[in-house]
Amino acid sequence: MERALYDYLLRRGDDSLILSQRLSEWCGHAPTIEVDLSLANLGLDLLGQATLFLDYAASMNADVHNADALAFHRDAAEFRNCLLVEQPNGDFAQTIVRQFLYSTWQKMLFDRLAFSKDPTVAAIAAKAVKEISYHADLSADWMIRLGGGTDESNRRLKAGVEWMWRLVPELLVADEIDNELITKDIAPDPASFETDFMTKIAEVFAEAGLDVSPLPRNFASGRRGYHSEHLGHLLCTMQYLPRAYPDAQW
Amino acid sequence: MSSDWPLWEVFIRVRGGLSHRHAGSVHAPDGEMAMRHARDTYTRRMEGVSLWVIQSNDIIASDPADSSALFEPAQDKIYRHPTFYALPTEVEHM
Repeated sequence: MERALYDYLLRRGDDSLILSQRLSEWCGHAPTIEVDLSLANLGLDLLGQATLFLDYAASMNADVHNADALAFHRDAAEFRNCLLVEQPNGDFAQTIVRQFLYSTWQKMLFDRLAFSKDPTVAAIAAKAVKEISYHADLSADWMIRLGGGTDESNRRLKAGVEWMWRLVPELLVADEIDNELITKDIAPDPASFETDFMTKIAEVFAEAGLDVSPLPRNFASGRRGYHSEHLGHLLCTMQYLPRAYPDAQW
Repeated sequence: MSSDWPLWEVFIRVRGGLSHRHAGSVHAPDGEMAMRHARDTYTRRMEGVSLWVIQSNDIIASDPADSSALFEPAQDKIYRHPTFYALPTEVEHM
């Protein structure tokens, strides 16, 4: 098994899976039925991406059967998602800030991942990037609306940025797993689009009336399995049924 | 929140060459968001290739009270249906 590629697939699959689970928590609770559907759609797109990445990872590992085995039978320390996606929904503004930061980054990553030397990775990324374009546009639109809406929406948006901003640097670092795949042209270097990413953030923040703070030093290592306290609670809900009732079928 | 947003009517073109058909309605603060909501609400299962949205208030609808004057006179004008022609058998799709 190619260890670096396997880990990279978990990182991509887990980001999508965990963010999808977070978005599904809005189901039935969103401010309007239209927004409810809109968030659920984003979640379903992400779940589809997660299934593809994790199935591909499972195909490389004789010990796991399929994507479900990876999604439902790993503990928090074995998850490889970034800390940003596991953050709680908070209010609608906090959810939108998380989505905007992640989707904007994911779009730029997947634009490049679509040209991966690994044909399966390239195919998954090429399919997903159309979905992600919509996620990035939708969340940028909401950023601007909330920023320029009422005093309350502006205040809530700022609080959302304050919560999420410290978790952005983790998206931009490359470790030895990234570096091995960058050398093999399987994965892009996040540094190659950092300027584009920061430019896009600055553009939308300006329209939303937000200041761009300097990025702090990265402290997070979700990619190595060190997670915030929020992930365990999320997994309790997500994994409860398949663990309590193994092989349960609809 | 939804009650503060105006209502928009959604029309979907199912395939190229067909006309847009009314699909339903959404609430949204403006046209751009109405388009997103229409996309997310009505085209989740590949229902269409094109969308129109229009604010419901901008539609001029016939008054149900006028329906007898508007529509009933057509009921006994069967000669307006082109059903009295003998069609050659070669003509298809009529």
